[in-house]
Amino acid sequence: MSLEGHLVLALLEGLVSSLVVALTALGLSLVFGVMRIVNVAHGEFFMLGAVITWYVSTAAGSFLPALIVAPLAVGALALVINRVVLRPIRYDPAATIVATIGLLYIIQQLVLTIYGPYARPVVPPFYFRVDLPWFGYSGYKLVVAGVAALLLVATWLLVTKTTLGLYMRATQQDRETALAFGVPVDRIYASAFALGAVLAALAGVLVVPEQQAHYLMGLDALLLSFMVVIIGGLGSLPGTVAAAFLIGMTDGVVSVFFSPTLARIIASGLVALVLVWRSGGLFGDAAA
Amino acid sequence: MTGQRGRPVLALHVAVVLLLLGLQFVVSPFQHGMLARIMVLAAFAVGYNVLLGYTGLMSLGHAMFFAAGMYATGLTVFYVGAGPVDGFLIGLGAGVVLSAAMGLIVLRTTGVSFLIVTMMFAQVFYLTTLYFNRITGGDQGLILTGHLHPLRLGALQLPFADPAVKYNVALAVFGLCFLLSLWLTASPAGRVLVAVRENEDRTTMLGFNTFTYKLLALVISGGISGMAGSAYTLLFSYVGSSFASILYSIYPLLWTLVGGSGTTIGPLVGTALMTYVVDITSGVTPGYLIVVGVVLVVIILKFPSGIVGGIRARWLPWLP
Amino acid sequence: MAAVAAVAPLLATHALRRTFGGLVAVRSVDFRLDRGEIRSIIGPNGAGKTTLLGIICGRIPPTSGRVVFNGRDITALRAYERVALGIVYTFQIISIYKRLTVYENVALAAERRLMRTPLDHLVAVRLPVAEQVEGALDEVGLRGTASRIAGSLPYGHQRLLEVAMALAAGPEVLALDEPTQGLAPDEIASLCALIRRMSATITILLVEHNMQVVLELSRRITVMDRGAIIAEGSPREIEANPDVRRVYLGL
Repeated sequence: MSLEGHLVLALLEGLVSSLVVALTALGLSLVFGVMRIVNVAHGEFFMLGAVITWYVSTAAGSFLPALIVAPLAVGALALVINRVVLRPIRYDPAATIVATIGLLYIIQQLVLTIYGPYARPVVPPFYFRVDLPWFGYSGYKLVVAGVAALLLVATWLLVTKTTLGLYMRATQQDRETALAFGVPVDRIYASAFALGAVLAALAGVLVVPEQQAHYLMGLDALLLSFMVVIIGGLGSLPGTVAAAFLIGMTDGVVSVFFSPTLARIIASGLVALVLVWRSGGLFGDAAA
Repeated sequence: MTGQRGRPVLALHVAVVLLLLGLQFVVSPFQHGMLARIMVLAAFAVGYNVLLGYTGLMSLGHAMFFAAGMYATGLTVFYVGAGPVDGFLIGLGAGVVLSAAMGLIVLRTTGVSFLIVTMMFAQVFYLTTLYFNRITGGDQGLILTGHLHPLRLGALQLPFADPAVKYNVALAVFGLCFLLSLWLTASPAGRVLVAVRENEDRTTMLGFNTFTYKLLALVISGGISGMAGSAYTLLFSYVGSSFASILYSIYPLLWTLVGGSGTTIGPLVGTALMTYVVDITSGVTPGYLIVVGVVLVVIILKFPSGIVGGIRARWLPWLP
Repeated sequence: MAAVAAVAPLLATHALRRTFGGLVAVRSVDFRLDRGEIRSIIGPNGAGKTTLLGIICGRIPPTSGRVVFNGRDITALRAYERVALGIVYTFQIISIYKRLTVYENVALAAERRLMRTPLDHLVAVRLPVAEQVEGALDEVGLRGTASRIAGSLPYGHQRLLEVAMALAAGPEVLALDEPTQGLAPDEIASLCALIRRMSATITILLVEHNMQVVLELSRRITVMDRGAIIAEGSPREIEANPDVRRVYLGL
């Protein structure tokens, strides 16, 4: 395949993965922005989305119900975690990190025990090929990109146009004042946490027909989300999307032309340097 | 923090070391290897605690310091035939140099930023060891037996394969780091570190260049971690990428928090407890990490300041 | 018009200017502080008083202009370096080590002056500061509280602890940012007495809103409004000054 063919492939792959990563990272960014905590188990919500999809599609014979069931289940789990673990420790940043590391272990290993160590495929709901001059490309991937983009827009609308979104933004800006104005901060925290989990789960649902469900897939998603959220700015939604594209495209291009490991090295190094230089990421508030 | 209690505190710490010394004659030879491993990893945790417990900086990148020591020692032994003492010093040096270099870059950040920056740099280190796997052996690693000379003490030849040698070298390394951490808490520099942890702004306005002190803490912390990594490689004859992975950044955090950050004995308690929990449960079920996870969550809910921290708060306020 | 002082000021700023984005917080301020005086800086909110103080102490860098202390240009020096020179600052919102004891709070300030060489840092015994610490606690009226946890002290005492820490740091100039805020009347009175005692050996720079305290304590008052000094003089002169009355009372 010609150079331009490789380049187009790299760009397409980058586009798809950028959008999916943006979706996952958005959840993390939301949680940090509103609640000021880092959820180390965030990647596990992504993984659960994928694994639950496998169960649903195997049981129901079809992929589509998973689009509803998985996010709902993961959202419910998030609410429970918030109530049982995060609220008692009062969202203390250091304690949350430890607690969510513990949750990461628990969730990951429970899935290992119940689901097993093997990667299992999920049949995509439809299959068609888009024929380009250089290669045939999976139509499903393009649809995934489209759906991810739609979800991003929907989230943006939620955050900017609804009352819930208004409350979230108020809490993010100034928790004390929000409390004083009667914003139900506890319930906002719960909603933000659940929403973050749901977004990650949806991303997992979307990718699993292409990627296969495996109990360790959350770690990679977590690291990528971290990178995106840092570069884009903790708590900034447009920043997260922009950074997702930066990382996704770089990752895609370097992976195709060099090696995936090198791509990750560059990405991680870049993230670290950005954070050192601008302690709030490129778009975010400087209070990190 | 007191000077009046200096003598009993020192006695307590020496007693701990002596206890460990005596323990080897009481337990089975199989346990020697396990305890040696615990002591080396506890040294790692002690190093980590200098930064977390005493300076208040939580890092998720200490695996890179541990691995720097490990690789510096392991690679020079494997490829250049360095002796164990030389190798050890090289490993210690690697830890110190890397943490100094890192410190100059990352200490501009704090809090969550510091956490993630350290994690990212450690990730770069880890991926680099994988990338150059022709030299490092990558995930498979390198086995050092056959390359490693025995330790020479005067006329004595002490092969590292001998469990007694493993145990006592590990004890020596741990004891050194342990007493070093005690000294630090008692010293004026250590008090400044605590001040930085408690209120950095105020510490600056009392005339201290807090950057220098944080750098000192990081170099001591990284140096000790490198020392531990170096010792690990000498004692267990192995280098491998897994020790540079994020797991080995999470472990010292875990062990320190469980045992009690901000206490000198906490890291040892935490390391020993968690290692035994893992050891026992992994024999029972492949999902043993669930237990680890549950322990973590419970501990952080019930003992936010760790086991020794809780003991100190409730009964023994003079524990450093 | 008083004759130009023949003695060089202890602290001076030259054409000091500080902007934050589009906002000019301090506009070309020439400020002179003489040794041994108690000077108050007053002005409405947003006048730039705290910013000026911040620049003098090194917490905020100026956009342009110079700060000179004891004849030496210290503009480039960072905050912690200025403390070593003798410019000590107490915070508007009390900033102490709440979880350490009163003794440890003050000892830290005192120890800094003894920690000159690397060896000083390593010596694992308490540096000989006990006398100094007890002296400072005595001076501010906190005798006997040394072993209490700082955070358990009542608010007014925490404020005094901060002053004790400042004393132990060995100041030539002590900058107090709204020290009477939140204090009860009798606490204010004893703080004023303390400030008067300290001014025998230390130059005091005070930013205050409490006009009674300002008029009582100050040898001279500097009035700021919207980033500039609009008046300077003795308490009586300032009280009578029409510009000041306009700025404060809107007349």
